Amino acid sequence: MSDFDWGVIARSSSFLAEGMLLSALLVFVATVGGLIVGFGLALMRLSTHRVISGPAAAYVTVMRSLPLVLVLFWFYFLMPLAIGRPVGSLTSALIAFVLFEAAFYCEIIRAGINSVRKGQSDAGLATGLRRWQVLRLIVMPQAMRAMGPLILNQIVIVFQDTSLVYVVSLHDFLTAASVIASRDGRATEMYSLVAVVYLVICLSITKAAEFYRRRRPS
Amino acid sequence: MNYRWDWSVLIREPFVGWLWSGVLLTLAISLMSWAVAVTIGIVVGIARSAPSRTARLLAGIYIDVFRSVPPLVQLFLWYFVFPEVVPDSVGLWLKRDLPYPEIVTAVIAIGLFAGARVAEQVRAGIEAVGAPLLPAALATGLRPLQAFRLIALPLGLRAIVGPLTSEFLITIKLSSLSLTIGVLELTAQSRHVENYTFQGFEAFTFATIGYLVIGLCATGLMRLIDSRIGGAALRKAMA
Repeated sequence: MSDFDWGVIARSSSFLAEGMLLSALLVFVATVGGLIVGFGLALMRLSTHRVISGPAAAYVTVMRSLPLVLVLFWFYFLMPLAIGRPVGSLTSALIAFVLFEAAFYCEIIRAGINSVRKGQSDAGLATGLRRWQVLRLIVMPQAMRAMGPLILNQIVIVFQDTSLVYVVSLHDFLTAASVIASRDGRATEMYSLVAVVYLVICLSITKAAEFYRRRRPS
Repeated sequence: MNYRWDWSVLIREPFVGWLWSGVLLTLAISLMSWAVAVTIGIVVGIARSAPSRTARLLAGIYIDVFRSVPPLVQLFLWYFVFPEVVPDSVGLWLKRDLPYPEIVTAVIAIGLFAGARVAEQVRAGIEAVGAPLLPAALATGLRPLQAFRLIALPLGLRAIVGPLTSEFLITIKLSSLSLTIGVLELTAQSRHVENYTFQGFEAFTFATIGYLVIGLCATGLMRLIDSRIGGAALRKAMA
């Protein structure tokens, strides 16, 4: 146990960097796609028509009670069947991430919109604005304040979640490290590095979100 | 879409046996990790609310570190790295003599991660519900430690049973991570059936419904406990 070889990190740095790039891509797509789909779902859930709000609520409840690993397996298996040809694990993982995280972003956005007092949109409507104008000009800017820190926190969770693409053998940061760990027999060095890198990135974003929340009291 | 449905894989041996053993293992790992998480969470949560600055700092570091490293990475650290960095005799025992090494490691890893999240809830509960009662408790003549042990802590813990439901659900979902170190729980077994029969729809549907039912039971259980001890009333009174 005395013979650690930290040089293995330097020797494999470009491979690890590629892994980190894929992790970043997954976080980016999952967040942007998740926010867009989540926004749509949130609007559906806020509708007064049962036919519209019901399915969205069911979707969110089901997605939130499934483990991400199972959702990744679902899409890994379903995508080739639905499209009729193999699509590769990256495409299926990206779609799985967008649809999975959308359920969580939906709840954040819905809570944000609900945090704006109803009188605000009533007043907006009374001045003659249309419903979507009220949403865009009056409700959303105020909802954003409540949502900001929560979205930052969710991005941290998404970043941690991306490590699960390990189960469909995509080479994200963790999987790249595990490949080298088993190739060179250097599990201790590689997994310690992975833990430290995730710790530094996630902790900085979490602390930034806390700072942001404390600076502007709601 | 060209797919041959065959729901009979769900009732045919050996697949039905695989799937049910997966359900049982998921239940066992979830419950054991939850026990670890609640224990750790209460201890660390109390330390986080303690008057001692050192205790608060250590508990804060625990919460920050264990929440910021992805649970899968933590699992790998416990499984692959921990036996290498402890003294040789302990490492050898872990590798050779520990019964059910994968399951025990998964329970510890998931429990410690979820414990950090539970600790935050415990601290919040003591701060919001317990702490405001301390002056009144002290005025009745209780010593500070008694006031904390008899008033602030029990009421703080009662108030958080409701919010802990979502932490319990997260713990159940985390149990699926144990498949990466070879534990054949529900997700792994459904994948296993898919590999054998190519009936992925049926197998994954079984797992999906399994998680939904387990989640509903967990929610119902927590709600029952919450209503028995009057947690909702406590939260409302203090809000």
